[in-house]
Amino acid sequence: MDALLLARLQFAFTIGFHILFPMMTLGTAGVILLSETLHLVKKDDVYRRITDYLVRLLALIFVVGAATGIVMEFSFGTNWSSYARTVGDIFGPLLAAEGIMAFFLESVFIGVLLFGRNRVSPRVYWVSALLVFIGGHLSAFWIVVANSWMQTPAGYEITAGGKILLVDFSEAVFNPSTMVRLVHTIMASWVTSAIMVSGIAAYYVRKGLHGETARTMLKMGILLFAATPLLQLGAAHAHAIQVIDTQPVKAAAMEGHFQTTRGADIYVFGYVDEAAEKTYGLFLPGGLSFLYNFDFNSEIKGLKEVEKDQWPPVNLVFQSYHIMVTLGMAFIGVGLLGALLLWTGRLYTTKWFLWILPFLIPLPHVAHETGWITAEVGRQPWIIYGLMKTAAGASVVVSAGELASSLMMFILVYVLLFVMFLMLFLKIVKKGPEPAPEGRA
Amino acid sequence: MDNLQALQILWFVLIFGLLLGYALLDGFDLGVASLLPFLGRKKEDKDLLVASIGPVWDGNEVWLVTGGGALFAAFPHAYATAFSGFYLAMMLVLLALIFRAVSMEFRAHDPARAGLWEKTLAGGSALAALLFGVALGNVVYGVPISGRMEYDGSFFTLLRPVPLVFGAAGLAAVLLQGASWAVRKTEGALQERAFRAAKILLGINAATAAVYFSVMAGAFDGLSGNMLFHAAWLMTLAGLAGLFFSLRKKNDRAPFWESSFAFAGLFLAAGAAQFPNLIRASNNPNLSLTIYNSSTGLYTLQVMAVIALVGLPIVIGYTIFVYRLFKGKVRSDDHY
Repeated sequence: MDALLLARLQFAFTIGFHILFPMMTLGTAGVILLSETLHLVKKDDVYRRITDYLVRLLALIFVVGAATGIVMEFSFGTNWSSYARTVGDIFGPLLAAEGIMAFFLESVFIGVLLFGRNRVSPRVYWVSALLVFIGGHLSAFWIVVANSWMQTPAGYEITAGGKILLVDFSEAVFNPSTMVRLVHTIMASWVTSAIMVSGIAAYYVRKGLHGETARTMLKMGILLFAATPLLQLGAAHAHAIQVIDTQPVKAAAMEGHFQTTRGADIYVFGYVDEAAEKTYGLFLPGGLSFLYNFDFNSEIKGLKEVEKDQWPPVNLVFQSYHIMVTLGMAFIGVGLLGALLLWTGRLYTTKWFLWILPFLIPLPHVAHETGWITAEVGRQPWIIYGLMKTAAGASVVVSAGELASSLMMFILVYVLLFVMFLMLFLKIVKKGPEPAPEGRA
Repeated sequence: MDNLQALQILWFVLIFGLLLGYALLDGFDLGVASLLPFLGRKKEDKDLLVASIGPVWDGNEVWLVTGGGALFAAFPHAYATAFSGFYLAMMLVLLALIFRAVSMEFRAHDPARAGLWEKTLAGGSALAALLFGVALGNVVYGVPISGRMEYDGSFFTLLRPVPLVFGAAGLAAVLLQGASWAVRKTEGALQERAFRAAKILLGINAATAAVYFSVMAGAFDGLSGNMLFHAAWLMTLAGLAGLFFSLRKKNDRAPFWESSFAFAGLFLAAGAAQFPNLIRASNNPNLSLTIYNSSTGLYTLQVMAVIALVGLPIVIGYTIFVYRLFKGKVRSDDHY
């Protein structure tokens, strides 16, 4: 295998693994903040038990995220040094800003959450939960900014020597895709955690474990599970329109749309034959045009607007996009069903529903992973959309042999981390929250 | 001196400060973790030692993350050359940092394999400390650089004697940071062992620092007239001397500051020898990566200076606040 392909595989593998953990961190920090707020306001100990329990899970999630996150920061220098040299003016500041303005906050105060319960007042503890929540979301902001700048670059100039020069920081930061992608990413994390909390609590309730603590946790989880996928639908819709507007080739790949036409179809599922330039499957006629601007007759650009060598791998983008969308729709349905059961007072007794929920826990991860594949594979062959090819970004001095050995190392280490993470996660779940005092089952 | 030059110098100083902050802060938790097999006889002792760094190591590591980001933002060529050039060494650093981070958490939840996770915690921490010193030694002492700013050596080029001296001095200083933090945070028999370890490490540090400063003076012509260099070895000498008396008096609070002061002296010497280079070219001085030929544009340096000069004081402020929450001896109920 050549060095470029190995470098890309390594990046895909290490980022695909890393993203699992921040995706759980943000939403879980949100549930912790919610529960700790209720603890402070209602002075009810059940919320403290929920907080303490989720903090134990967060600690495990956060540490694997932090350990695998450093790999990402190093990787632009180790594996993509030509990219780093070219975009140092813009990309470097975003990573530095993430450290100074976000990651410090999250990492310093997570120490208080984990170790401070017996040392600080409830108010200081609550503030720490708030700052961990804010710090995590600010981290997401800067990382999404950096990634969005690769999708829709803005605020730059190209020098005679081919270097990219920053000319307007706020234009670069608030480039055309930043805000909508940020909301989409944060919502994905909230959905992930809502389903995680619901699934764990549903297991307890079905088994009759942990009484009121489990029921309260399930109620919180289900309310979030009902709300967040719906919010995500709005964010996703806005994001899709932004992609059609600013990255038409990617948008065309997502729907396997070859010819620029009015009244473009939208596929429920299908298959793209890239060689024959045909897409097969079940579709709604004019659906894509309609969703774009609520006009069945609007024009949507097709892949053939550009040369074939500027297409991403179309079927991969199409399939991953459709898996994500299908899962998103399913989450809306299950979440609303849960809310209905809660409203009608049957949530804690509907055994089949409680039985299903834990099995949903991995699915949001499938959704956000396929979403990232859509976003990043859909950007190919560009490392910066329309400006710089991925092939031009790799390190010059790193050999294929070195890359093969580091890739092997990451696979071995990450498999070990994953197995340990799952084992210990299940162990914490099995142990459960601190028992309620006698007489309050 | 124009604006651009002033900012390039400012960023050299800021990155120096971030890496010094990293060395002193993550230094003590890497040190405590490396000494775990020697200081912790019983499980309770090991729990206390891990709890003494538990609330703060995460935040301490962010000094490295931010230092790396700042290097990328201010001097992307230096970041690109060193990280891609020292590829396998960097992968070892990552491996070490991954294991030292997850091992603490795994150890807490996986008592059946606690011994294994203590080994990976201590090994990862010590390896990271050693490699940082060797890496710094290489960019200060110099490595072969091509005309296109790319590293022109191999993995074994990195293991020359002078960079290894940097590595040994750095590792010794980190272990001393760890021992003096343990002295500060523990009591009783555990603290006695920490005192003994600190005494032994004081002797080792006196030796490694002496070799380090002599090698520096021999390897770099200009240093004999460099005020900062003389200030640096005096700092280390004063720190170690103060530590000697504090340890004799069984003072449990001063050693950490004295060890930090001595460590800062090592850093200052490296910074004095380095300026204005970022990566010295050993083959041809004209090929060195300096703060002048490796930096980003004026505008980026300005924007980043504002972010750093506003943001870092806030970071330092809340970091001090959190350290004070956990001040005093570590308690057995400091866990979650």
